[in-house]
Amino acid sequence: MLNNSLSRFAIVSIGIIFVWIVLFAFLPQLLVFIASFLTKGSQQMIEFEGNLENYTRLADPIYLKIFWDSFVLALITALLCLVIAYPFAAILARTSVQWRPILLILIIIPFWTSSLVRTYALIAIIKTKGLLNALLLWLGIISAPLELMYTETAVFIGMVYTLLPFMILPLFASIEKIDPRLLEAAGDLGAGFWNKLVKITIPLTMPGIIAGFMLVFLPALGMFYIPDLLGGAKNLIIGSFIRNQFLTFRDWPFGSAASMLLTFLMLALVAVYYRSQKVVESKDSA
Amino acid sequence: MALLELIDLSKNYKEIEVLKNISLEINNGEFLTLLGPSGCGKTTILRLIGGFEEPSSGKILLDGQSIDQLPSHKRATNTVFQSYALFPHMSVFDNIAFGLKMSKTPQDEITRRVNEILETVQLSEHAHKKPSQLSGGQQQRVAIARAVVNKPLILLLDESLSALDYKLRKEMQIELKMLQRKLGITFLFVTHDQEEALSMSDRIVVMNKGVIEQIGTPKEIYEEPKTIFVAKFIGEVNTFECTLISQNDQEAIVQYEDKSFMLKTAKTISHDVNILIRPEDLRVERKFEDVRSPNYFQTTLEQISYKGTTIDLVLKLKNGNIILASEFYNEDSDALGYTIGETLYVYWVDGWEVILDAE
Ligand SMILES: Nc1ncnc2c1ncn2[C@@H]1O[C@H](COP(=O)(O)OP(=O)(O)O)[C@@H](O)[C@H]1O
Ligand SMILES: [Mg+2]
Repeated sequence: MLNNSLSRFAIVSIGIIFVWIVLFAFLPQLLVFIASFLTKGSQQMIEFEGNLENYTRLADPIYLKIFWDSFVLALITALLCLVIAYPFAAILARTSVQWRPILLILIIIPFWTSSLVRTYALIAIIKTKGLLNALLLWLGIISAPLELMYTETAVFIGMVYTLLPFMILPLFASIEKIDPRLLEAAGDLGAGFWNKLVKITIPLTMPGIIAGFMLVFLPALGMFYIPDLLGGAKNLIIGSFIRNQFLTFRDWPFGSAASMLLTFLMLALVAVYYRSQKVVESKDSA
Repeated sequence: MALLELIDLSKNYKEIEVLKNISLEINNGEFLTLLGPSGCGKTTILRLIGGFEEPSSGKILLDGQSIDQLPSHKRATNTVFQSYALFPHMSVFDNIAFGLKMSKTPQDEITRRVNEILETVQLSEHAHKKPSQLSGGQQQRVAIARAVVNKPLILLLDESLSALDYKLRKEMQIELKMLQRKLGITFLFVTHDQEEALSMSDRIVVMNKGVIEQIGTPKEIYEEPKTIFVAKFIGEVNTFECTLISQNDQEAIVQYEDKSFMLKTAKTISHDVNILIRPEDLRVERKFEDVRSPNYFQTTLEQISYKGTTIDLVLKLKNGNIILASEFYNEDSDALGYTIGETLYVYWVDGWEVILDAE
């Protein structure tokens, strides 16, 4: 009886999620896919004339550079997040069990606010007459305000700030799983801090590192409002490029083609990710 | 001079006193065993020596040098952990080579020494496997090899054989002992198994509730226990609570219930005294004429069990107390012919008893 109602509940909830994904993710994606093979119309948005021209146009070095810049931006963001999040996650994993939930909640709370709103809040902090400069000037650490806004630094501050939790959480989960006796054994055999980190902790947390990397890298690749707002849209990146095609130039087919290319890139990365996880797992159990 | 010296070592976790004033010397090349019930502080002693915990007070000297301030990776000790703690992401070879790599040993020497120890522990054909592909006994041997390959001054082994099944444990006891002789490394071994301690050790340290009860050779510990705890922890023992009646410089007369015993001892005995006798030191006779000592009991046979080399008898005294006697079994022994409920006379050979003042 209980089993029955449980499985009915499972079927209903999975069904709802399934319908949701089909309606709001798969169908739009399908429309974008179809649109990417059509032509921009002069009267309507789209003319039903199939061709591959949208994709061949993307091969232009100007557009490839946009993809490349976005790729580099996402990569550096993910690396920065990794370097910053790792010690953070390690400390979190060593914190006593009473304090841990509080720290975890502090990491998760920002998710409750739209990241767009948080980006505006960040502007209020780092702008020339913002809180950060006021504080640093008051402390006498700097004598003239830092011009952070509309620089690459600002973009990275924004990207890292927004995406850091996605790195911390999987890293924390994998560091916490390490048996502390392995680190004691390594110490016993003569490993100091760095050797323990490089030879034991990092290899054993590889699944968490890869997961966190993907969770930061993939959203960073499509992120457009943070570079736009904080970087002043100086360097065009894929996200803003796609948005411009749809909203400014009204070239939906071309925007769709760029969007599909990004989607395929991400799918390829996810595939690589699954492969690597499998390798890590089979190494563990081999 | 002792290789390792623990001087007045104490350890508290918060208010709980886990080790109280432990003083101990371990000689070079010795196989010393810490023996005691679970929770008595054996692992804590190893962790203090290995550098994973700091003593609350006291000192540790290794080869005459204080090592209290050294972190674990700078101590010339190696540990075989109770849970093995093998690195799951490394092959057997790399696990064993780890310590040598840390000490920046040249690569060809690493290869030579690892292969040599792999041969010694008979794991050469498993060198490239991961620890998870090995059986418990094999993992155990990797853990030992990983530690001894570094030629530590002292090897710390925490309940290293306890997880193995009976037969494998017996085999490993012999192998471990042979390995120790071959390598000449000092072993500090921890176990809660008294049989294991007796058969492997040069000396045994019996511990209880964070204090040392007795230090001695297996023979001393077994035959001359200094406390009732030691006597009871190392094998079976019959205890008789007696009171002293009279004593001169050769003998003492004590009273046990309605009987009095004459003990040949020069030792000064306090008023309340315990007489301890091992089951195998009791003689059992059917006929009163065969009793060869004034110190005897008349008993009723309650139970009899055949143990292969011995026959164990459970006997009831007139006052209802139960004592154990075990006789070596041989073809013409009477023991198998006894019947439950039969009256038997039990005595012990003069001087085979242990006399302990009551605590
Ligand atoms: N980290 C710790 N915190 C608090 N108590 C501990 C800790 N480690 C061990 N103890 C306590 O110290 C006592 C001795 O433990 P241990 O040395 O592991 O005993 P053994 O190895 O003889 O079984 C036990 O009562 C145990 O509960
Ligand atoms: Mg223990």
